[in-house]
Amino acid sequence: MTSDVTAACPLPIGQYTHVLMAHGGGGRLMQQLIDQVFISAFSNPRLDERHDGAILDAQGRRFAFTTDSYVVRPLFFPGGDIGTLAVNGTVNDLAMCGARPRWLSAGFILEEGLPIETLERIVASMRQAAATAGVEIVTGDTKVVEKGKGDSLFVNTAGLGTIDHSMPIGPRHARIGDAILLNGDLGRHGMAIQSVRDGLEFEGPIESDCAPLADIVMGLIEAGIAVHCLRDLTRGGLAAGLNEIAATARIQIDIDESAVPVSEPVRGACEILGFDPLYVANEGRMIAFVPESDADRALAIMRALPVGDGACRIGSVLSDSPGLVTLKSRIGARRILDLLSGEQLPRIC
Amino acid sequence: MKFIDEYRDADRAQECARAIARSVTRPWTIMEVCGGQTHAIVKFGIDELLPRDITLVHGPGCPVCVTPLELIDKAIAIASKPGVIFCSFGDMLRVPGSHTDLLSVKASGGDVRMVYSPMDSVRLAREHRDRQVVFFAVGFETTAPANAMAAFQARREQLTNFSLLVSHALVPPAISTVLGAPHNRVQAFLAAGHVCAVMGYHQYEPLAREYRVPIVVTGFEPIDILQGIRRCVLQLEAGEAKVENQYARAVKREGNLPAQHMVREVFQVIDRKWRGIGVIPRSGFGLSPAYAEFDAERRFGVADYHADEPSECLSGLVLQGVRKPVDCPAFGTRCTPEHPLGATMVSNEGACAAYYRYRRQQEPHRSL
Repeated sequence: MTSDVTAACPLPIGQYTHVLMAHGGGGRLMQQLIDQVFISAFSNPRLDERHDGAILDAQGRRFAFTTDSYVVRPLFFPGGDIGTLAVNGTVNDLAMCGARPRWLSAGFILEEGLPIETLERIVASMRQAAATAGVEIVTGDTKVVEKGKGDSLFVNTAGLGTIDHSMPIGPRHARIGDAILLNGDLGRHGMAIQSVRDGLEFEGPIESDCAPLADIVMGLIEAGIAVHCLRDLTRGGLAAGLNEIAATARIQIDIDESAVPVSEPVRGACEILGFDPLYVANEGRMIAFVPESDADRALAIMRALPVGDGACRIGSVLSDSPGLVTLKSRIGARRILDLLSGEQLPRIC
Repeated sequence: MKFIDEYRDADRAQECARAIARSVTRPWTIMEVCGGQTHAIVKFGIDELLPRDITLVHGPGCPVCVTPLELIDKAIAIASKPGVIFCSFGDMLRVPGSHTDLLSVKASGGDVRMVYSPMDSVRLAREHRDRQVVFFAVGFETTAPANAMAAFQARREQLTNFSLLVSHALVPPAISTVLGAPHNRVQAFLAAGHVCAVMGYHQYEPLAREYRVPIVVTGFEPIDILQGIRRCVLQLEAGEAKVENQYARAVKREGNLPAQHMVREVFQVIDRKWRGIGVIPRSGFGLSPAYAEFDAERRFGVADYHADEPSECLSGLVLQGVRKPVDCPAFGTRCTPEHPLGATMVSNEGACAAYYRYRRQQEPHRSL
């Protein structure tokens, strides 16, 4: 058969005409959706900053404004629930703008038949999380949809924070020579959700890292660290965060894989599923771009806080290839750390 | 982590690479058959540690890549039928058929579910007796025992609403095909450790003798792969051609006999079409006559589907190791993971996707 071998290939799939789950996966398809549908419709200087929130000037004061919706399944998972996520996620987006989180709104879309007791537990979690993060929930909205038209409960929160300093913080402000600091081990939220969602039992429980990050940010700013850029590492994980910043700032980012902490249970679970922890979601992890001269002091500030006690330096900003993230592998070779197309999918073998 | 850390140790890897460099006196071309090994080579940058005289080429061992187009079309047709629960491993969902993919079927209302084990789909069949549950049984010899077990269990429980869409490929006939091709330049093989964990490696001994090629059964971690390459090089330099087992912590010569027994119970060896390559005689598993009632192709009347694959991309040559992904003019421009021209760009383990993801800025490689 060997002589009649043909070099053949399937037809391409062009643009998707319907929304796929992968459009929400934090990868390249989501970036395309945002660019082609939302940015092209709403473009303005504040949106085009592509930050975790918008930075607004009003009567001489600066504010950060952000919103996020929460659709996590299951509603309760090891280390948190949809309520803690809805508060901390929005608090963290404000913090990543260099703002002190102050006020949140909470919108609930409830499906007919949801037990009131479930709702009360989630609301109690939100109250607790808001108290811990030092924010008030000051306005809200409730809608009920028919059975089958929603998945028990969706939450949206928007947040407003105050910016009491004049430092420009954002993806565009990352500089060549910056050190990149990470506040702890990666992948716990994503793998905690994966394990309960799919009934996978791993050795040792994996708990979500869901936590507010504003204390770290305020600590860095108050100590006079010249923070250039902050990013929380949610969907798409560290790889997505670094790629978005590299593309926006037109810089090359280089990280050392062996410097990135991943706990043993998360590594084990990722090995089984064929996942790379660098792409797994977190809800209490962030990176900070700071000048080399401030790096040691910034690390000490992060490590003094419980949510930063695993802080470490993972890489730096280079100049050679703008828009690119590179990684030194565990065995010392260098490669690209790319965005995924969509979600990570467990592999066949 | 045991069995991981010691096989990803930077110092050991560098030492192993130096040992290879000391052994090499002239250029050699070695093929890793398995997509998992291709992925590891590119992800860890193993080939960058090797001397320039060693060329690694990537073989046809990615199950997603070699699943023929018409089989994807069959899966899409079945998954689109009302009342069907279509179960698949995750990485098959994005593979394009002639017109669409399984993720799009799901987005249009089809009940397409990602499972982690074929036994999950048997459980679904048990729980949903009023629905037809179909499992997309894809893979090489590695996944065959578990897929066979699903059929065996379904028959034992008389789950008449369960069936399998089978696309199993076998490694030794693919190696024969590569070696028998007139343009072949491959001089040694890394055989896939997990395939051999199931089937053993005695099947490779006649190939090594007949074609005079070293074949080293190799694991998937960086040190495994470097050791496998080193053993190939030592044999090549010494003019030897035998089967060696680098992956002795998981592989025995005779393989896993109970697993092989289960495979023989449910499957028979058949001729099979490989995407991008064509039909290879006796290169796949199909359901044996005793399990014909569990054949989804028959149950849903899709057995005679045929799809012509347009001859635009080089994936057939890439799958045989004749071309590197970066040699293709469409690579990274008209062909990307979002808009794949070929299966090797779709699957995570496909050579083109691995190159795109980890080193798309690399200059075109010297062609074989």
